[in-house]
Amino acid sequence: MLNLDFSILNWSLIQNFILKGLWFSILLTAVATAGGIFFGTLLALMRLSGQKWLDAPAALYVNVMRSVPLVMVILWFFLLVPLLIGRPIGAEYSAVVTFIAFEAAYFSEIMRAGIQSIPRGQVFAGQAVGMTYGQNMRLVILPQAFRNMLPVLLTQTIILFQDTSLVYAIGAYDLLKGFETAGKNFGRPIETYLMATVTYFVISYSLSSVVKSINRKIAIIR
Amino acid sequence: MAMDWMVFCKDTLSGDVVAGCFGKGRDITYLDWLFSAWGWTVSVSLTALVVALVVGSIIGVIRTLPNSPWLTRFGNGWVELFRNIPLLVQIFLWYFVLPALVPPMKNFPPFILVVLALGLFTSARIAEQVRAGILALPKGQRYAGMAVGFTTVQYYRYVLLPMAYRIIIPPLTSESMNIFKNSAVAFAVSIPELTQYALQVGEETARPIEVYLAVTVLYAISALVINRIFAWIEKRARVPGFVAAGTGAGGH
Repeated sequence: MLNLDFSILNWSLIQNFILKGLWFSILLTAVATAGGIFFGTLLALMRLSGQKWLDAPAALYVNVMRSVPLVMVILWFFLLVPLLIGRPIGAEYSAVVTFIAFEAAYFSEIMRAGIQSIPRGQVFAGQAVGMTYGQNMRLVILPQAFRNMLPVLLTQTIILFQDTSLVYAIGAYDLLKGFETAGKNFGRPIETYLMATVTYFVISYSLSSVVKSINRKIAIIR
Repeated sequence: MAMDWMVFCKDTLSGDVVAGCFGKGRDITYLDWLFSAWGWTVSVSLTALVVALVVGSIIGVIRTLPNSPWLTRFGNGWVELFRNIPLLVQIFLWYFVLPALVPPMKNFPPFILVVLALGLFTSARIAEQVRAGILALPKGQRYAGMAVGFTTVQYYRYVLLPMAYRIIIPPLTSESMNIFKNSAVAFAVSIPELTQYALQVGEETARPIEVYLAVTVLYAISALVINRIFAWIEKRARVPGFVAAGTGAGGH
């Protein structure tokens, strides 16, 4: 029964179908991580500001995003973004916007935990030497919070990389779509699904090994 | 953008608004269909949760067994395997690849395949939590169990696990809410659950905003109900004087 044929796997298949998808998946992961951490940190600062008018909307945003399946968020943005900006938008652009907005909610919870892990004395020390709120955050609190949370942030990035496969829902051309298209073209879907599995596994497993070794390094320094 | 909620009262075939919004006999409205889709989401999620709890507990336990390096390695391998492949890819594996490689699986209904995919995917995460819960207990607990003459099974059953499960109720709660959210991925293999409903009915009725809103609200309600159930369990199972440790953020 096992009549698998992996002979279709060659450089031209990779070049024609896979690289484009792999590039998009990596780009989406990188942009969503950078954007997600940026907006997530802003959300975390809003939630820790002690100002009700900043805290409440940020909390609402984070909780709504976290209670809806990512697939539904992807569909929502694909529906709403064109309505808001008044012109059609490609699945790929829509995916980038969605992932930044969605991941910001998750990264904000991580950054919030990170900021709260910094002893109050650090804030007071910053204030005592005359720093403004912005200086204190930028020079004292956030660098430490970021560093404390680095393993969690990286783990989230691995989850994010795996989640990029969900852009399947709106037909964006990512790594999985690349393998699927190749499978359809060559009439060998089983083989290409297996190749996709191995590719995702190798990338995610290597990344998590990197995170583990970073964890060890940080543990030694402390 | 005016909302038109009457869309849910329409018959799915004729498109006429039905009085009372629920169809009679064999005619169904979009509202009937919505509840049926919710039923699919709930049954896929709950069944997968049972699979995940059972398998996750077994894998989590064998990773902490003393003097069984091969079992521990198997457990670690299991967790790495199911954690490092995206859920959607795993669903395709169960749905397309495994039945092609293992002919008897061709007769498995899609429901079973999706439940296995979602359940085993989640089992890796639950195994991590169970292991963390067991390791969070002081070593003396294990030795105490041994000292009173318990076998390995007995001291896991009577000493370690009762406390370990209590410790991990908070992460188990979020994992159980995650399973409801992750069940949305089943749309990819045409399980008639909520996300599939959103895609299909949103297009069919040309009222995607109302349809997405209804589906989103049902997901939120499901997650909230699960959250309340676990909060109730946590309260009922609380041991006076025993404070459970919190866990980190992150995950989906």
